[in-house]
Amino acid sequence: MSLHTELQTAIKAILPDVSCVIGWSGGPDALRGAPLFMRSEDDVNNFSGGFFAVNNPALYLPEYKGSKVAVVAKGCDSRSIGQLLAEKLINREEIHIIGFPCQGVIDNAKVVAALAGKVEAGQVTAVEETDETIELSFPDQTISLKKTDVMADKCSRCLYPNALISDTFVGEKREPAITEDPYADLAAFEALPLEERQAFWEKEMSRCIRCYACRNACPLCVCRDHCAAESRNPEWVTQADGVREKLFFQIIHASHLAGRCTGCGECQRACPMGIPVLLLKRSLSRRTEELFAYRAGVDAEATPPLLTFTLEEPRIQEREW
Amino acid sequence: MATQKYIAFADIPAWLEELSAAQTVYAPRREGKAVVYRPWQKGEQPELVERPTESAKHIVFPRAEELFRFNYQQAPETGGSKKLSLAEPADPAPAVVFAALPCDTRGFLFFDPVYSGSGTNGKFQDIYYLKRRACTTLITRTCRAPLATCFCNWTGGGPANREGADVLSTDVEGGLFLEALTEKGEAVLKSAALSPATEAHISAAQSSRDKAARSMGDAPDLGRTPPALISLFENLDFWREQSAGCLSCGACTYLCPTCYCFNITDESNGISGVRLRSWDACMFALFTLEASGHNPRNGRAARLRNRVGHKFSYYPGLHEGRFSCCGCGRCIKSCPSSIDIRRIVQNALAATEASRG
Ligand code: SF4
Ligand code: SF4
Ligand code: SF4
Ligand code: SF4
Repeated sequence: MSLHTELQTAIKAILPDVSCVIGWSGGPDALRGAPLFMRSEDDVNNFSGGFFAVNNPALYLPEYKGSKVAVVAKGCDSRSIGQLLAEKLINREEIHIIGFPCQGVIDNAKVVAALAGKVEAGQVTAVEETDETIELSFPDQTISLKKTDVMADKCSRCLYPNALISDTFVGEKREPAITEDPYADLAAFEALPLEERQAFWEKEMSRCIRCYACRNACPLCVCRDHCAAESRNPEWVTQADGVREKLFFQIIHASHLAGRCTGCGECQRACPMGIPVLLLKRSLSRRTEELFAYRAGVDAEATPPLLTFTLEEPRIQEREW
Repeated sequence: MATQKYIAFADIPAWLEELSAAQTVYAPRREGKAVVYRPWQKGEQPELVERPTESAKHIVFPRAEELFRFNYQQAPETGGSKKLSLAEPADPAPAVVFAALPCDTRGFLFFDPVYSGSGTNGKFQDIYYLKRRACTTLITRTCRAPLATCFCNWTGGGPANREGADVLSTDVEGGLFLEALTEKGEAVLKSAALSPATEAHISAAQSSRDKAARSMGDAPDLGRTPPALISLFENLDFWREQSAGCLSCGACTYLCPTCYCFNITDESNGISGVRLRSWDACMFALFTLEASGHNPRNGRAARLRNRVGHKFSYYPGLHEGRFSCCGCGRCIKSCPSSIDIRRIVQNALAATEASRG
């Protein structure tokens, strides 16, 4: 049985016990998937996991609180679930997790970059998937792309491809993509002079349209509808269309996610303007991992360091200054 | 007869440079995965493969604009009461949009009646919008082939649609065939950088446009959509299902060439400040939040219902049956959750078809 069929079987098996199963289907074009909320066997027939199953289904879990739901989870999705559990934003007994060995997902921004100057990714009419490649059909040509070239960066540095918590695990567990430091790539950017980094952010944020897709796609943003960036009373952030305010909001989001962000990358994926907002968050995540010896979402039982108080942090040697 | 010209792709920078002398020229530029309209820079070759991520709406309808500045002064002659002085902003500078999409250009036609006060017989006109609109020249470029998310032909447009354009440009071998459609269009075609169009250009452009039109699939009949959406208004289960994956963010409305909602904020610092008008979106929690704390569009099912209903039912009800969606597909292409407005409209038709029996 293929992994896909096994997953469908597992979903169908749990369907009678839950109000819905959250997974993925195909999307509005052949390169994109969509979140899928399965309530019937017919819905399960539309299930489609794999390379295009990019959305993080953990995002939706808090709103189903009070009823039992099941969720199909990639490794990274399971970390978001783990962090939601650690923060008691969802109840473990209300969630049935179907895990599987994830092989990585597409980054559509990389497809756009790979096709730049040749053809628009959005003109795609069909996609054939093989183990190593995706074959894209366009009205006048076909183009083959290596999956590893258009895979999300988070997948090429993935430490946890197998769901970390699950009630049903389907398939053979895989080895992680890497075993070394997942933050190694940050060094090059952080080595740039402050002025250059500031200029980088000002240029990138100048495209921001303040749609807040980044915030609303984040499974761990808890305020959403009550965000400081939009509040009119009090008014914290001006409505003027300036880079300063836009960057300010990213810093608000990044600091609210410090020690909580699992690096799922949904903020950056959701951004229609292609702004690399994940970079800010990963930089903070690395710091909080170093300072508090805590990696968000990995242990659902642990207490997130910034949600508690300890007299003496293990890695902050205050008295030795 | 209207002026018809030709320009080789390689000469476009020279033409835009000439136009830049008298106005700001906005042209598409690739920045990362996005393509945005930026003030054109000397020597720049605009992005002409990938269609712009955003529409050109913000050039006529800025994301935030100053309506006026205010200042209170203590007036001794009135015994300490305050005197208010207002300062209007300067008139907008003329602008040219190079390579607007046909759907986006058509999108302004849905703004126009609302902002010129059609509902009040012209009594309440939005001078800010109208001034910018009047001094913006739209050079539209015929689309070559549709994206998987395009559906301009469903709502009355098409890849070679010329409604609203000042100049229609069409790809021909090695360059663009340009035809002036308005006086503003005539003005930008008076340039030494352009050469007269030949018969060959004219017929190549015609076949380009025909090819583009043929490349669109068949359009479904959406005639029954306005009443269908009205009859589903109270059916929250329907809207919950349609909006199950929705993030309630503003990506759809802020990229949409026809969404025109705004908010007004007085941003003051002590006794002086500015009244700002900034974009607003029906997908946001604060939209139509009343002073009492009640919001008639509470939750994302009701918010998405408003977005679809406004474009496919309420607007047509007020404006001779025209949908206020130009079918550009941006809300589909850029939705992080892949919400597809085409599907919602078709689901609404199917749901009401079933109940009709
Ligand atoms: S980060 Fe890991 S678990 Fe997540 S999509 Fe990539 S490979 Fe899969
Ligand atoms: S901030 Fe971004 S990467 Fe971090 S949890 Fe939220 S969406 Fe995921
Ligand atoms: S998703 Fe992108 S454009 Fe939208 S608010 Fe966030 S950073 Fe800005
Ligand atoms: S509703 Fe969507 S498809 Fe229609 S004009 Fe707006 S962005 Fe384009």
